[in-house]
Amino acid sequence: MDPIIKAENLELWYGEHQALRSISMDIMPQKICALIGPSGCGKSTFLKTLNRMNDLVPDCRIEGRVSFKGEDIYAEGTDVTQLRTKIGMVFQKPNPFPMSIYDNIAYGPRLHGVRSKTKLDEIVEKSLKSAAIWDECKDRLKKSALGLSGGQQQRLCIARSLAVAPEVLLMDEPTSALDPISTGKIEELAQELKKDYTIVIVTHNMQQAARISDNTAFFLLGELVEYGDTQSVFSMPQDKRTESYITGRFG
Amino acid sequence: MRSIYDEQLKTLHDSLATMSALCEDAIAKAAKALQLNDLALAAEVHTVTERIDRLERDVQSQCLRLLLLQQPVAGDLRRVSAALKMVTDLERIGNQSADIAETVQTGKLPDNALKRVLHDMAVSVIKMVNGSVESFLNSDLKQAREIIDYDDVVDRHFDGMKTLLIAAIRDDADAGSYAIDLLMMAKYLERIGDHAVNIAKWVIFAETGQLQM
Repeated sequence: MDPIIKAENLELWYGEHQALRSISMDIMPQKICALIGPSGCGKSTFLKTLNRMNDLVPDCRIEGRVSFKGEDIYAEGTDVTQLRTKIGMVFQKPNPFPMSIYDNIAYGPRLHGVRSKTKLDEIVEKSLKSAAIWDECKDRLKKSALGLSGGQQQRLCIARSLAVAPEVLLMDEPTSALDPISTGKIEELAQELKKDYTIVIVTHNMQQAARISDNTAFFLLGELVEYGDTQSVFSMPQDKRTESYITGRFG
Repeated sequence: MRSIYDEQLKTLHDSLATMSALCEDAIAKAAKALQLNDLALAAEVHTVTERIDRLERDVQSQCLRLLLLQQPVAGDLRRVSAALKMVTDLERIGNQSADIAETVQTGKLPDNALKRVLHDMAVSVIKMVNGSVESFLNSDLKQAREIIDYDDVVDRHFDGMKTLLIAAIRDDADAGSYAIDLLMMAKYLERIGDHAVNIAKWVIFAETGQLQM
């Protein structure tokens, strides 16, 4: 099977500071890939290069290649909005728009020109169901999304990403601000979503990476130290630095 | 970092070292009691095995506490799970020493050359038990593999014992009365060797992640 995303010799600088060093990594479709490593190791930076979120950072310079389904996403003429539709992102802190639950989900499709009420209703219901939050909010779709709990808001944000029919979901510590119950729901949701989507998740929670991911990548000081199937990485890491990190002896 | 965790892992090591020393003591006492027909010494073996049993439960709870509270992964997880399996083998070694002592306590064993073979077997299995636990404590793969190979020596002792007992029964019909006891004791010692092999295999798992059961 071909990788859905392929990074080749990716280098990234923030001004003078080199944040990523020659990262080459294949992300396989319909799998969950966890990025782990201590703060400042480059894992979130790497995540953001996958849908060009780093374009928004001044002084950010990139070399090497990232391709999505074989196409270089940094090639001239790439439609970044279209790219981010295909590769959606969920952030650490839930960030619903200050509008109704319905409008939060319908926002993306409307931007893409969907006008039909029936079609929008359908997308809203399907997205909320896919994000396992439909039952909790089907009777309050017109209420403000800000009235939802943190965990519900995060699932709403996932539903919002799903509404524009992405292929990949990037998640940057999506459960770090949530309680264990909400965390469990997001983790189960991720397992469910990988049937249709590819997920790349940054997490500081080792057990979470071990529980939900198929592959794990360990970053350190901007380098990809080790990348392999999760069970191997957590039971028999090949690199001493990986072992030290996951057993909590540094980081 | 994780100094409490490292301290707990060290305590686990110390408990295994103590268990290993107690197993050596149990086997040595049982073997000596057999050589000297010393019933009092045989009785002491049971006291030692009771301590081994208590330590087994202690190590098990240490391992479960580590798994629950520290959630070890990678090498740590392999070592803790290996320790959890190893204590069962050490406990069995204690029981088999007690079985030998119990047979000695029946007081029906004659003094003859056959006991010498059992003594040699006991020396060999003590070496295996010590070596297997030592290889775990020192993460010594080479030593673990040597222990596994050394089991052939114990197996040869056992086969030799069988041959000698068959000859003894053939030469003297009365030998049957004690031959079964001696054969049982040889089997207990041979099983102790097998438990040491199991421990050595857990050491290989702890070091390499490869299970060779």
